[in-house]
Amino acid sequence: MKRFLTFLCGTVLLAASGCGQASKPANQIEVWHWMTDRHEAFATLARQYEEQTGIKIKLELFAPSDTYTQKITAAAQANVLPDLYGILDKKSIVGAFIKAGLVADLTADFEANNAAWEKAMYPKALDVMRFSAGNIDEVKPGIYGAPLDVTNIQMVYNKELLKKAGITRVPATFDDFLAAIDALKRVGVAPFVSGFGEMWIVDCFASNYAFNIMGQDKVMATFRGEVKYTDPDWVKVLTIFKTLADRGAFIDGIVTKGNKYAEQDFALGRAAFAFNGSWCVNVYRDMNPDLDYGVASLPAMDQSRPVRSWGGAGSSLVVNGNSSNKDKAIAFLKWLTAKEQQAYFAETTNNLPANRDAGTAISPVLAEFSRLVEHTTHPSIWPLNEDPLVIEAFDKGIQAIIIGDKTPVEIAEQVQSVKERQMKKAAK
Amino acid sequence: MFSRADIRSSIKVTALDAGKNALFVLPAVVIFSTFYIYPFFELINLSLHQWPGIGPKTFVGLENFQELLSDKVWWLSMWHAAYITLIALVFQNALAFALALACDREIRGQKFYRVIFFIPPVLSEVVVGILWNWILNAGTQNGEHIGLLNYFLNATGLPQLVHSWLSDPKTALTCIAVVHSWKGFGWGFIMLLAGLQTIDRQLYEAARVDGAGSWRTFLNVTIPMMIPVIMVVVILTILGSMQVFVLILSLVNQGLVYHTEVPVTRILGSMQGTKQFGYACAQAVVFGAILVMVSFSFKKISNLAKQA
Amino acid sequence: MRLNRYILQDICKNTVLHIFLLTVTISCLFPIFWMVRSSLMTNQTIFVDHSFFPGQLNWQNYAEAWVKGRFGIYFFNSIIYTVSVVTGIVVVSSMAAFAFSRLYFPGRDLIFYIFVAAMMIPLPGSFVPLFVMMNKLHLVNTRIGYILCMINVGLSLSILLLKTFFDKMPSDLEDAARIDGCNRWQIWWHVALPLARPALAVIVIYNSLNVWNEFILANLLLNDKTLMPLQTGLMAFNGAFQVDYPVLMAGLTMTAIPIVVVYLMMQKHIVKGLSSGAVVG
Repeated sequence: MKRFLTFLCGTVLLAASGCGQASKPANQIEVWHWMTDRHEAFATLARQYEEQTGIKIKLELFAPSDTYTQKITAAAQANVLPDLYGILDKKSIVGAFIKAGLVADLTADFEANNAAWEKAMYPKALDVMRFSAGNIDEVKPGIYGAPLDVTNIQMVYNKELLKKAGITRVPATFDDFLAAIDALKRVGVAPFVSGFGEMWIVDCFASNYAFNIMGQDKVMATFRGEVKYTDPDWVKVLTIFKTLADRGAFIDGIVTKGNKYAEQDFALGRAAFAFNGSWCVNVYRDMNPDLDYGVASLPAMDQSRPVRSWGGAGSSLVVNGNSSNKDKAIAFLKWLTAKEQQAYFAETTNNLPANRDAGTAISPVLAEFSRLVEHTTHPSIWPLNEDPLVIEAFDKGIQAIIIGDKTPVEIAEQVQSVKERQMKKAAK
Repeated sequence: MFSRADIRSSIKVTALDAGKNALFVLPAVVIFSTFYIYPFFELINLSLHQWPGIGPKTFVGLENFQELLSDKVWWLSMWHAAYITLIALVFQNALAFALALACDREIRGQKFYRVIFFIPPVLSEVVVGILWNWILNAGTQNGEHIGLLNYFLNATGLPQLVHSWLSDPKTALTCIAVVHSWKGFGWGFIMLLAGLQTIDRQLYEAARVDGAGSWRTFLNVTIPMMIPVIMVVVILTILGSMQVFVLILSLVNQGLVYHTEVPVTRILGSMQGTKQFGYACAQAVVFGAILVMVSFSFKKISNLAKQA
Repeated sequence: MRLNRYILQDICKNTVLHIFLLTVTISCLFPIFWMVRSSLMTNQTIFVDHSFFPGQLNWQNYAEAWVKGRFGIYFFNSIIYTVSVVTGIVVVSSMAAFAFSRLYFPGRDLIFYIFVAAMMIPLPGSFVPLFVMMNKLHLVNTRIGYILCMINVGLSLSILLLKTFFDKMPSDLEDAARIDGCNRWQIWWHVALPLARPALAVIVIYNSLNVWNEFILANLLLNDKTLMPLQTGLMAFNGAFQVDYPVLMAGLTMTAIPIVVVYLMMQKHIVKGLSSGAVVG
């Protein structure tokens, strides 16, 4: 009993010893991030920086990303954000962070020395954190964050499985794709996998086709409320999912599949095609080093327009506008995005660097991804974004189409009614 | 009619005594008001605003609540939680009761069973989610089922039952309820067993002397004696099942259309997905109020049952 | 002859009973068995080999999980949190329950009902307000902050269970102690607490499980990985090692084992505790 009590007192004392917030040391930069897969490389770089400059980098990882976002929201409210962090949200939320003074304006730093920093970065990657003049969020124009890597989301295909099905050419048109699906079905291979249990992937897939079918202007017009979701072009976008579902293109259970599980499926050869981001190169290599696969953009519906998939900055960090170590944090961010560090980061994590001078020996598959970067777009660089409730209705609607709950036309009508309700609300 | 405690409470105490008495609840009240009451009032306050999680809040009065009333998905999610709860109440507790009855008899291995049945509640929801995700997986590799359940069905000659368990609206919610019940029945089992063991054996003896069969004994002796325990188990089951969500996230991610939404995933969705914090808070307030009402009405019923 | 028939009937009944019990036992143990089994396989065999006992046992999965998941520090933290929170809950809730049951003061019943009602308010809605509050008190990213928060989470149910127990406790001993000149505090410490031991066992196990398996509040309230408990480590680990299922399974097994052991040690007190009146009666 006595021993137990001593143990108890000991642990309670230990617990208490951790209390009382230490004031922030001046020589330390705190970084919060969510990149479980890139944590190791990040940590190595942080140690290097510490050795070089004597500035301590306190790197904290929060997973999964939902939890991370929750944490950032709460910390923003209490004004206790770290020196460096990322905002995993749509642009208007980033704008709100900036307007609340929680994100430092890095424009001057990017433009210093003849815009050396700005020029070193891929413009596509930088655009994600750039607010241009007259932006809808009424943020002072400028650059507010720095990208660590470049990603884009494409279709990958398993070469071995395609060969098994006798497919010699990677489908470039939608009809080719349907033919490939039939061929794969004949040899008993699940044609397509993706993390359609996560709304953003569904949204990305649909948005790619919306851009392909009607072009950016018409998509934006829809967001502004000038074009209805019941427009034949939108119905066509929704019908793609019905067509694919009817053909049996989707792997069993796709609508509840998290992307991690989808990655596992593709890496282990359970499906011939996958829709995934360029980070997958790293994931697939870890899971199955022998996987032989290639990259292609989604097969186009309309050949006259390129299929524009999402891409640009993979992960960006911002500097806390209220940080007492702002300058040091900016210096660290600059160092992180400099040539050598970017080369290391890109190489170890198998991602595309955000710095154009970091021309590293990237793997052939990654090079295929990098060739497609040119055609990418991203919601963050669009002049405006759709209302989140409309997006939810749209993405959930697609799931409903896939499982055969609803027809494309029904979903189009539903989405339109949500859109009209939200517009009425916004007008108030 | 009055327990001793009630009698004592009606005795007039001096102010000094009352103060000294109140000291006992002071730590609890301090902790509680800091970490519960204050956030609760903030929650109510936020529920009257429109707020995307950052930046200025706009006061909108009761608009969020009005919207909630006509939000079909919200009420659907409420029904789903009720469905899971219903399954948990009926099957989980029936199973728990049956097991408790079996273990209450003088049978061999009773201690062993008792230990085993409580192991699922010991595991964390993260672990349970990952394991069951594997069991219910619908995929195949090289023609072999990855999901253990499908593999088992196939191997035992029941390939016609192989199924996409978690992505078919007909089975998804039931699967979630089953996994939830699997994780939870241990609690019911252990409480009910404890209850059974407090029943005086002489009562059974007396019933047998009166010529009652085992079924009659069960109905006339066991059930009436067990009503208070059953009520506690029922209330705890309701509270646990209505608020389930970690399991749902790990089994079906962001959900199978709206077929697997429950109130808590809706609240999280409003906060994280669509960035309507005020609305999320309104949902939390309404949900909390409904749970309070349900629990207290059960308490009322149980008091009535006790008097009867 | 008659006797034999009874024996036969009994044997039949028992067999049916055991089959039923064994089925449930298997369903309880199988997922856990599968987890342990899979943790000893390799990435190549894990999804294709359905045999119960893998030919080759890869114990290094555990070493890998331990090192890569940095479970050492997380284990240490989880133990601290579990012990502190449970101790805190036992002290605070037993004091409060004792007062709610035995000591009168104005507003007593109202306060008690507020405590009970609080069990029903879903947590996720109040994340942001809670965090803001904690920050005002300088309790964000501190062990003590997380501990106090978790004490609060377990308080309602613990008070409810203990009050039920105290209500039924005979007051003879208490009266005797009072005559001997014990004050309230001495009665609580020397009489009520020792008598409530079985009920406390239930509270200890219930709250230990809660704290050991908690990760949502920890992620919200703590920043430093040196302060994080096991489950948050497991979440990060799950993100990073989804690709390496055997190592993931090894990680899961390691986090589950300690709490299973604690349970096995405590289990004989639980039924005793429950049946002696915490819930029952």
